[in-house]
Amino acid sequence: MSVFLQYLANGLTMGSVYAIIALGYTMVYGIAKMLNFAHGDVIMIGAYISFCVTSYLELPAIVSVLAAVAVCTALGILIEGLAYKPLRQAGPLAVLITAIGVSYFLQNAAQLIWGATPKNFTSIVSFPVPEGLRAYNVSAVGIVTVVACLVIMAGLMWFTGRTKMGKAMRACSEDKAAAQLMGINVNRTISMTFAIGSALAAIAGVLLCSYSPVLQPTTGSMPGIKAFTAAVFGGIGSIPGAFVGGILLGIIEAMAQAYISTSLANSIVFGVLIVVLLVKPAGLFGKYVPEKV
Amino acid sequence: MSYQNAFNPVLDRRSIIAGVAGLGAAGILAGCSGAGASGDSGAAAFKIGSMGPLTGPAASYGTSVTGGAELGCKDFSTDELPLVFKAEDDVADGEKAVNAFNSLADWGMQALVGPTTTGCSLAVAQEAESAHLFMITPSATAPDVTDGKTVVFRACYNDPAIGVHSAEWLAKNFPDEKIATFHNAGDTYSAGVHDAFLQKSEELKLDIVDKETFKDDSATSFTNQLTKAKSAGATLIFAPIYYTPASVMLTNAHDMGYDVKVMGCDGMDGILGVEGFDAALAEGLYLMTPFSADDPKNASFVSAYKEAYGELPDQFAADAYDSVHAIALALAEAGLSPDADPAEVADALPEAMTKVKVEGLTGTLTWNDRGEVEKETTVYVIQDGKYVLA
Amino acid sequence: MAVMKFLRDKRTRRDLLTYALVIAVFAVVYVMQANHMIPRMIAGQLVPICAYVVMALSLNLVVGVAGDLSLGHAGFMSVGAYTGIVAAMGLSEVIPDDGLRLIVAMAVGAASAALAGFLVGIPVLRLSGDYLAIVTLAFGEIIKEIVTCLIVGVDERGLHVLFNLTGSLSVSDLNLAEGGIAIIKGAQGASGVSVISTFAAGFLLVMVTLVVVLNLVRSRTGRAIMAVRDNRIAAESVGISTTRYRMIAFVVSAALAGAAGALFGNGFSQLSATKFDFNTSILILVFVVLGGLGNMRGSMVAAIALTILPEALRQFSDYRMLVYAVVLILVMIISNNDTLKSAAHRVASRFASRRKEVGADA
Repeated sequence: MSVFLQYLANGLTMGSVYAIIALGYTMVYGIAKMLNFAHGDVIMIGAYISFCVTSYLELPAIVSVLAAVAVCTALGILIEGLAYKPLRQAGPLAVLITAIGVSYFLQNAAQLIWGATPKNFTSIVSFPVPEGLRAYNVSAVGIVTVVACLVIMAGLMWFTGRTKMGKAMRACSEDKAAAQLMGINVNRTISMTFAIGSALAAIAGVLLCSYSPVLQPTTGSMPGIKAFTAAVFGGIGSIPGAFVGGILLGIIEAMAQAYISTSLANSIVFGVLIVVLLVKPAGLFGKYVPEKV
Repeated sequence: MSYQNAFNPVLDRRSIIAGVAGLGAAGILAGCSGAGASGDSGAAAFKIGSMGPLTGPAASYGTSVTGGAELGCKDFSTDELPLVFKAEDDVADGEKAVNAFNSLADWGMQALVGPTTTGCSLAVAQEAESAHLFMITPSATAPDVTDGKTVVFRACYNDPAIGVHSAEWLAKNFPDEKIATFHNAGDTYSAGVHDAFLQKSEELKLDIVDKETFKDDSATSFTNQLTKAKSAGATLIFAPIYYTPASVMLTNAHDMGYDVKVMGCDGMDGILGVEGFDAALAEGLYLMTPFSADDPKNASFVSAYKEAYGELPDQFAADAYDSVHAIALALAEAGLSPDADPAEVADALPEAMTKVKVEGLTGTLTWNDRGEVEKETTVYVIQDGKYVLA
Repeated sequence: MAVMKFLRDKRTRRDLLTYALVIAVFAVVYVMQANHMIPRMIAGQLVPICAYVVMALSLNLVVGVAGDLSLGHAGFMSVGAYTGIVAAMGLSEVIPDDGLRLIVAMAVGAASAALAGFLVGIPVLRLSGDYLAIVTLAFGEIIKEIVTCLIVGVDERGLHVLFNLTGSLSVSDLNLAEGGIAIIKGAQGASGVSVISTFAAGFLLVMVTLVVVLNLVRSRTGRAIMAVRDNRIAAESVGISTTRYRMIAFVVSAALAGAAGALFGNGFSQLSATKFDFNTSILILVFVVLGGLGNMRGSMVAAIALTILPEALRQFSDYRMLVYAVVLILVMIISNNDTLKSAAHRVASRFASRRKEVGADA
């Protein structure tokens, strides 16, 4: 039983990281209706910024997180403005390929700037965890990650539900043309969404690397794809869906590694996704929109 | 949803032509501004090529090998036998490695020091054999690389040798520990050593309590695997893995509060150079590796390498340096001139290689006629951030 | 001249021109290669280029013609490659002739990939749009992971297959008889493969693929597939079974990808399972999109150009992938942005009208 709880703690930590990434994904998808494959690479950039600030400038961890958030937010707005905005009217495939181009660009730029040699990311959080919890693999990073994830989700729910900007985002996601007619600046709203998504990516990057310390230009790819899976799993576009999807994905992955096979853990995760989509084609919390003539 | 409608061809012929032309123009630009490889001098010089992943997740190993080989070409170049060097990127991919090999062959390469990774070496060794071009890999450990080939040599131990020596060393020094093995199932080197180690440890009656694996795309966190090893009661982990995942493993084990002895092999050499890695976590780590940057006899190489590339050399670099050393000696032994035809080189070098004796960075190296190297094994333990003989 | 009447059809003429171009390119390259006029670097790429061309053509059938975005096409290539390698290695005693054995290997690869395509298609084709994309991505990854768990060897008693679930098995667990060979060694992939793929075989496969794809597109079935793409509901209402026609496109595409995989796999002495990952699927999708959806000639040109270019840009080393990324983004933006596109058209039409004037003068 105690071993099971240890796996559960591992799964919950990783799941919370996936959930934060998935929240960013789902925000962007909900409004821009595009698969932003570069999201995972924004995570990587965020982690590098944090690493540089703590290791080279030797500033405190909280400054590094703020710096990462600032840089990634700017980067998100920049990417959206330069690469995606000119393609607003284009087909989804053109946008997808562009996103992949952006992803390649970020990875290769990171390699030129920071080198291909992996860096070992020193965890930004360290406080003593009570012995009783520590026995169950509960780490300081784990606690911070889970709390951060809950706070971010609650914050996003409040933001999209209560604020003017949040409501504008929801309007854009329902119908861009109608939103525009109602006086909403659609371009600014989309820009804002990318900013929020990228800021979340920065936080996710710092937490991801605090938990699993390898930092290299490809660090964000696999977590990015998995978090995207989590977002689809929960129903893409839905905020609670992304949260539940992320947590579930982390736990399924940990259990699959522990009790079935390390080699097939990803397959099991993807297999569960496929089954969920077949039973509920719009994901756990998604809204199914029937096709009309 | 109008997804399908949006699928109407978005590109007409003109834009394809524009696109291809754009790519072509980029290529021309690239050709103009790209810096030429080092030393393309007109005078007859012996051309040594090298390759490894210089980009992508495995790039650190490739940069070490090509760095070591480049330095070797500088140091062992003489007036009678000047050496020039060129490195190509293979991204640790068999297909790209064959392209890199062909590209080097077009350049006029007479001998190859590489490839770095085992998978690429398997693909390239076949090409080298059929093209009849001498190659010595500094770091590919699978027996298949040299098996049945006449012009393919190796400067490091092969997998079975590492696995067997490790098992023997553990049986002698830590016979009573409960051992967990931890290997990268997707990596030829790691799996090869692991298999040989298991076979030998059965014979030596080592107490293996747990076997854990991971793969490259899940090499970011090993908490679940370590939890399993810990609950199986393992007190020593034998991990024939590269240093990047090893740094993760040690960090994870520390974060979990899992106090365990760890033994690694040559691929783990370099762990102290991982940027940001808390070297204190590597204290007490056992390493079976032929090269120590702390050994005074290697000091001049270490300082030259540091000056050239800004980092501490690891065994990848040292093996590559020794490979160039061996080629230089063997060329002299065979009496080949720098402008010898690659086929001529491939005819004469294998024979000459078995006659030379390299007093190198990784020990005293001699070769048998199957292309395998013979050198002593050493196990180091890390104490106060230094390699100490264990 | 009644026999040549079919030439009056514009599409037929275009198809014949495509065949003629492919044959001409092959003939020129073949002669140049025979006379050692091609650098090794290009010569070594001829087989993979043929495989990528077939991959692009087959993916274009799914993405361009059937309108289903698939992000897991490399998975079928992987199935074809490994079954093809096993067939080629396993039959080396029975069929000593390399060329014949390669054809058998490609047929085996195609058949197994078609089966995989059918099995994957059953659940996948119930979805559409982005969901279909993510599920095909998932299947690509699953196929990759399953292959990394396989250990296959052959000896005189026949074929031995192990499924290495926990990762603790190795080749020695196959208990091969003396003289047996291990073909696939789990995650390490296949090694020691005898290289039997040739440029001529690759050309043959490209031609077969072209014949299959072009004829399928021009057939009744092809028109039904495109009808489903353009308006599923309208197609359904006139009695076209959408699942059936999408499935036909999906399975044919998988089979061709399998044959391409067998050609590719038997062209290298070592092949790791991770070769056929998500990035490879994306690479092929880029060929298709840059070449133009539904445009088979474009797919071929894009596959050839984008395979050779990164190699030709070697001296550019560190920057080449960065340039590749930038060019990819720019091409997408320029060809899809209405403002830029109309600007380009204006410039083009000005040139065209000037040419016309010149023509009138003369």
